[in-house]
Amino acid sequence: MNSRRTLLSLIGMLGVAVLAAGCSAGGDSPAGYPEKRIDYVLPFDPGGESDITARLQQELLTDILGQSVSVSYKPGGGGALGWSELTRTAPNGYTIMGSNLPHIILQPMLRGDAGYATEDIKQVYIFQSTPNALLVPADSDIQDLDDFVAAAKAKPGGLSIGGSGDFTANHLGALLLGDLADIDVTYTPFTGTGTAVAAILGGHVDGLMSYSPQVIQLGDQVRAIAVATDERMDALPDVPTFKEQGYDLVDGAYRGISVPTDTPDEVVETLRAAFEQVNQDPGLIAAFKEQAFVLENYGPEEAAELTAERASIYEDLLDRLGMLD
Amino acid sequence: MFDLLGQGLLANLTPAMLLLVLVGTLSGMTIGAMPGLSATMGVALLVPFTFAMEPTSGLVLLGAFYMGAIYGGSFTAILVNAPGTPSSIASAFDGYPLTKKGRSEYAIVGATMGSFVGGIIGVIALIFLAPPLAQFSLRFGPQEYFWVAIFGLTIIASLATGSLLKGLIGGLFGLLLATVGIAPVGGDVRFIFGESTLQGGIPLVPALIGLFTIPEIISLVARRTRDATIADDDQQKKDTVWGMVKDVLSRWGNLLRSSLIGAAVGILPGAGGSIANLVAYNEAKRASKHPETFGTGEIDGVIASETANNATVGGGFIPTLTLGVPGTPPDAIILGVLLLHGLRPGAQLFETSGPLVYTFIIALAVAAVMMVPVGLIAGRGLQRGIMALPVRYLAPSITVLAIVGAYAIRNSVFDVFIMLALGVVAYLLNRVGIGGAPIVLGLVLGTIAETGLVQGILTSSGEDLPWLTFFTRPISIVLIVMCVVSAVWPFVQKRRAEARRAQAVPAVPVGQSERGGKN
Repeated sequence: MNSRRTLLSLIGMLGVAVLAAGCSAGGDSPAGYPEKRIDYVLPFDPGGESDITARLQQELLTDILGQSVSVSYKPGGGGALGWSELTRTAPNGYTIMGSNLPHIILQPMLRGDAGYATEDIKQVYIFQSTPNALLVPADSDIQDLDDFVAAAKAKPGGLSIGGSGDFTANHLGALLLGDLADIDVTYTPFTGTGTAVAAILGGHVDGLMSYSPQVIQLGDQVRAIAVATDERMDALPDVPTFKEQGYDLVDGAYRGISVPTDTPDEVVETLRAAFEQVNQDPGLIAAFKEQAFVLENYGPEEAAELTAERASIYEDLLDRLGMLD
Repeated sequence: MFDLLGQGLLANLTPAMLLLVLVGTLSGMTIGAMPGLSATMGVALLVPFTFAMEPTSGLVLLGAFYMGAIYGGSFTAILVNAPGTPSSIASAFDGYPLTKKGRSEYAIVGATMGSFVGGIIGVIALIFLAPPLAQFSLRFGPQEYFWVAIFGLTIIASLATGSLLKGLIGGLFGLLLATVGIAPVGGDVRFIFGESTLQGGIPLVPALIGLFTIPEIISLVARRTRDATIADDDQQKKDTVWGMVKDVLSRWGNLLRSSLIGAAVGILPGAGGSIANLVAYNEAKRASKHPETFGTGEIDGVIASETANNATVGGGFIPTLTLGVPGTPPDAIILGVLLLHGLRPGAQLFETSGPLVYTFIIALAVAAVMMVPVGLIAGRGLQRGIMALPVRYLAPSITVLAIVGAYAIRNSVFDVFIMLALGVVAYLLNRVGIGGAPIVLGLVLGTIAETGLVQGILTSSGEDLPWLTFFTRPISIVLIVMCVVSAVWPFVQKRRAEARRAQAVPAVPVGQSERGGKN
């Protein structure tokens, strides 16, 4: 009698223990992923292109993954603060972070201690890009890229190009153009796209290396003389590419999502599939086109390849310009 | 345009729309009052909800929320010396001293009516002056931003009532803090002492909380009596609300001046509310007949700051809607929402989407109007609650609020440590007479000045002497004159006051003529 009760209570306790173990393991088991809310962290301030994109994706992701997705911000150091924290986050897929090229290539390359290395970040998907576009004020004498190059050659170092930030796609775009066209232009970084745009509209810079959405946003206040894509963009049929004007410049900012490197493959695959499906949503496709965002579909391997390819181009360029220590 | 305005007004007067504006204003006020939850973050969090609405309703909700959030920042600034947003820094300068004198209700009424007037005048500027003002704002290049920041720094001279030297030490300490992290132009990493988290620099909101709130908590706790409340003595004047409202509205010169400053500074992308409230505070002090009362609980100081920051809302939308250049960070988000709905900013936006644009603009004004009853009822309720709370409950509550606020701005424990460290430093500096205000000025304006200086030299690299452009551009020259006047004025004022005193009544004993001497 007594022993039977003991046995029963033992079994009961065991049952509870197993259940508890099952539950706690359940939260982290890659097979059942996702079983709770996912935090989608942006390493930037609210309001930028990454934020707008995440807000478009949020609801679709919730539907596809069956768990709520909450967007939060961890800005600082041009994204470096967020990415260095990502490398210290539990690799279970419940914290995913927006990641940008070329930022995650150039920050570790050029800063002594960015707090992370490019290889520490596993890109799950690259879903969007904004190609560089070269703008001049609408009343400028410069009509096309040839005029621009001629003007730059007329006064070496005297032509100023604005852009958003240091060692961003804008900055590298200006450096690459200078390299390809053999011209010396002065790049001035502004603290974000907004202030850079004000500088060109006020005529404080001669040109602006900006992103394709600005061509649409600014309308006829500016003239877009070249866009850094392979072929003309659907959203901007009247803007010629750098390529068709004789300069092989294809570059821009790529936005995607990343997790720590140790994240289980099943989790990475679930996320990859979810973001792929999000990119097929007609509403999202229309909103992307409306803003001149380019839809991209790079899975983990393709993203790694793109990163390696860009990294070697940048390293070569910066090395030749003497900007690497 | 006037029939579009009429349509916009009518669209706002439907019950559903009024409810939406009320919900937006109230929730904005709540978020704005929490230190660490900025207007920008609140607006961003709201965006997904607006996707489910039709564009007009969504924008109206966002606009009302934004207006309410900027106003909400005044509560914690006044009541517990914790500016909820950088836009409310100067509200704490006199708002909290008023609270300590037991006159927080007066301060809240001043902030409410100021925010209302500022909000309305900002919207009026947006409706009638948008295109010319937007064009004018574009003439501000890097050189002009540099001088605007220097102009802001001259405020140190007028803030430092006691000793100019101590004010300058505080200001330089702030400037030094501003150099930590990645250089805004050039991208060099500076003064991070091997701590990669410092790449982002000293974060502003945790610094504000640390420099203002922590020293107050320490001195609250350091009091002897167990049942002390925050106010020194309970001399709360038994004015009626209506009496206080009338008193605030009778200061129309200050209201108008601060509104214009707010609207004008709000137009400049990148400067915005954090500078507007400081400049308006300084100008109110300069215009005052009794500048020496500023900093000791002068209602005009609270009114100036709160009027100006709500005027930046309308002002900031001017470049946002007419040029596609966001005037303030929350504007950037609202601009994104406009674009998602296929609405392109520019002069043609007012023509092609007139009804929507004017409904949105009028909704901003309606939100400003709603702040009055909400502020006078809910705001004063909050104020009574805090005043009734003994320090032994209040101090730990404020501490929790400060820690959560410092953490929330970017989910970082590191920021909490920065906040606490700066708080202790500020407490010690307060003991030797160096206040938090000059430090904050240095921290906020240092980055803007540095950015303008380096950018100005870079963009004019085609000139023989790039630095000369800082002295030759017309607007720069005007700003330089303003800087000189602003830096010299406090001394002129002091000299005059001394001369007057010496002339008038040489017989009065010195001790009695000083205000607040009995405390």
